[in-house]
Amino acid sequence: MKWGLLLLTLSNFLWAADAQFSGKRDLNVSAIIMFVLFVVATLGITYWAAKRTKTAKDFYTAGGGITGFQNGLAIAGDYMSAASFLGISGLVYLKGFDGLIYSIGFLVGWPIILFLVAEQLRNLGKYTFSDVASYRLQQTPIRVLAALGSLATVALYLIAQMVGAGQLIQILFGLDYEYAVIMVGILMILYVTFGGMLATTWVQIIKAVLLLSGASFMAIMIMYKVGFSFETLFSQAVAAKKSASIMAPGGLVSDPISAISLGIALMFGTAGLPHILMRFFTVSDAKEARKSVFFATGFIGYFYILTFIIGFGAIVLLTNDPTYLDPVKGGIIGGGNMSAIHTAHAIGGNLFLGFISAVAFATILAVVSGLTLAGASAVSHDLYANVFARGRVDEMTEMRVSKYSTIALGIVAIILGIAFEKQNIAFMVGLAFAIAASANFPILFLSMFWRKLTTKGAVWGGSLGLLTAVVLVVLSKAVWVDVLGNKTAIYAYGNPALFSMTIAFAGIWLFSLMDKSENAAKEIAAYDHQYIRSQTGIGAEGASSH
Amino acid sequence: MSQNIYDRVQANPKFAELVQKRSSFAWKLAIVMLVVYYSFILVIAFSPATFAVKLGEGVTTVGIPVGLGVIVIAFVLTGIYTQRANGEFDDLTAQIKEEARGEK
Repeated sequence: MKWGLLLLTLSNFLWAADAQFSGKRDLNVSAIIMFVLFVVATLGITYWAAKRTKTAKDFYTAGGGITGFQNGLAIAGDYMSAASFLGISGLVYLKGFDGLIYSIGFLVGWPIILFLVAEQLRNLGKYTFSDVASYRLQQTPIRVLAALGSLATVALYLIAQMVGAGQLIQILFGLDYEYAVIMVGILMILYVTFGGMLATTWVQIIKAVLLLSGASFMAIMIMYKVGFSFETLFSQAVAAKKSASIMAPGGLVSDPISAISLGIALMFGTAGLPHILMRFFTVSDAKEARKSVFFATGFIGYFYILTFIIGFGAIVLLTNDPTYLDPVKGGIIGGGNMSAIHTAHAIGGNLFLGFISAVAFATILAVVSGLTLAGASAVSHDLYANVFARGRVDEMTEMRVSKYSTIALGIVAIILGIAFEKQNIAFMVGLAFAIAASANFPILFLSMFWRKLTTKGAVWGGSLGLLTAVVLVVLSKAVWVDVLGNKTAIYAYGNPALFSMTIAFAGIWLFSLMDKSENAAKEIAAYDHQYIRSQTGIGAEGASSH
Repeated sequence: MSQNIYDRVQANPKFAELVQKRSSFAWKLAIVMLVVYYSFILVIAFSPATFAVKLGEGVTTVGIPVGLGVIVIAFVLTGIYTQRANGEFDDLTAQIKEEARGEK
C-alpha cells in the first residue's frame, strides 16, 4: 500500500510539474531529479526503520539507541528550518548586520538547555516532556496542560512550515500550491507512521548533512570570489548597496523592551519546544544527551555563520545583476527570502540551484516530520494513554493511537496549510516560541528545580502564561493590525514573552505557595526522590523504563 | 528500584558534593551566557552606534566580530560544560551509584 501511495504521489507530482511546464513557470529539471532521489532514499530508510519499529519505545524514541553525535546532527536538522536558511540569509541580504541578531537569538537557547535541562530531562523522562513535568504531580491536569501547550506550539509551527513549503515549492519547482502542501503532508505521514522516530531521525540527519554541505559550498565559493577576506566581502557589499548601514544595527530592534522580550522568547522558547525536547529521549543516558547539545550547538552556530556569509554574498552578487532583479516591483525576484536561492544560481548555475532547491524541500520535510511526531505523542502518550486510559493501556494500542494521530495531524496540517495560503502568518512562529517560553518551559523548569511546586501552582501559572501569550499576540501589531486590519496595535511590543513568561513564573510561585492541600504536601515530599533520579540517573537506566 | 537505594544516595556526602559542584558550575556558565547575550542585545537597543564604530581603515565594524564572537562563545561554553560533566561529574555519579548498590 505504501509503495502504491508513493507511486501515486510521484506520478501526481510529475504530472503537475508537466502541467506547469506548459504554463508560465519554468520547470526546474535538476531540482526535481535531486528531490526525487531524496524522496526515494528517505522512503527506503522509512521501510528499513519500519521493520525495526516494534515497540512503543522504538516508535517514540528510536529505541533510545541514537548516539550523541547522531542526535546532535538530528537536533540541528530538526531546528534549522527552511525559514532559518532562506529567512535569515534573506534578512542579512536586506538588512546586513540585523540578520545576525536573529540568528544569535536562535542559538543562545542551546547552552541554557544544556546547563539547566538536558540531562535532567533525559534522567526523568520516557517519551515526552510531560513525563518529566508530571513526574511527581497529578497526572491528569498536568498532562492535559502540557499536551495543550505542545499541541498549540506544534500546530502553529506546523502551519507556518506548511504555508512556507507550499509557497517555496511553487516558486522553486513550478508546482501548484495545493499539490505541494498535499505532497509534503503525505510524505511526512509516511515517514512518521511507518518509520516512527527512527525514520524521522535519519531524515533529519540526512537533511542536516545536505543543508550543511550545500551552505558550506556556497559560503566557500563566496569567500573564494573575495579572496577569503571578510573585509573585501563587506566593502564590496557596501559598494553594491551604496550604503554602509548594513554594517551596523539598524531598525530591526527598535526599543529595549521589544529587544529583551524577543531575546527571552527565542532563548527560553527553544527550551520549551516539544519536538526539540523529545529528541533527548532518543539517547541512552545523560552523557550522550550532553554530547547531543554540544554537537547541535556547533552545527547550528556554524550554519548561522554560513547564512551570514551567504547573505553578504547575495548583496555582492545579486544587487546589481539584472538577471535577478524584478523590473516591475524592484528588488530581487520573489523577494528577500529568495536571495539564497538566486545566490546558488549565481554561484553554480542551474545544477546547483536545483541542489539547493531540493535541499530546501528536504529541510521542510525533516522539520514537519519532527513536529508531527511530537504532536502525535502528545495525543497518544499524554492524552490517550495517561489521561483517558489512566495508564492502563498496552503498548500496541498506544502505538496504534499514535499512528492514527499522526495521520489525523497530517490531514489537519494539509487542510490548514491550504486554508492559510493567502493569510498573513508572520506571527505564528513568534507565537509558538512565546507559548513554549511561557507555558511549557516554566512548568518543566520548576518541576525539576523547585521543591515547592504543586499541581495547582503549575496548572494556574502555566495556564495564565499560555493565555497571556495568546492575548498579547492577538493585541500586537502582527495580528491586531496586519491580520485584523485595525489601525494601531494595543500591545506595543513585538513579542509577549517578557510579560507572559514573568506572569507564568509568578503565577506558579503564588499558587504553589497558597496550596496547602494534602496532595501538595505529598508532591513536595516526592521531590527528594525525583531530585536524586534527575541528578544521578538512578532508576533511569536502560533508557528509562519506569 | 527500592527506596533504600535512594536513602543511601541521599546520605552519601558524595551526592551533596556532586550536586553542589555541578549546579554551581552549570549556573555560572548559564550566567556567563545570559550576561554575554543580554549585553549584546542591550548595546543594540540603547547604543547601536557602539557597534557601528569601524575597525581600522576598512568598512568592517566592531559589531561583526562581537556578533560572531557570541556564536563562538555559545559553542565553547557547551564544550566546557560537556567536557567536565562527562568526565569529573560522571565519574562521581558512577561512584555514588556503585556505593549505593554495594552496601546491600
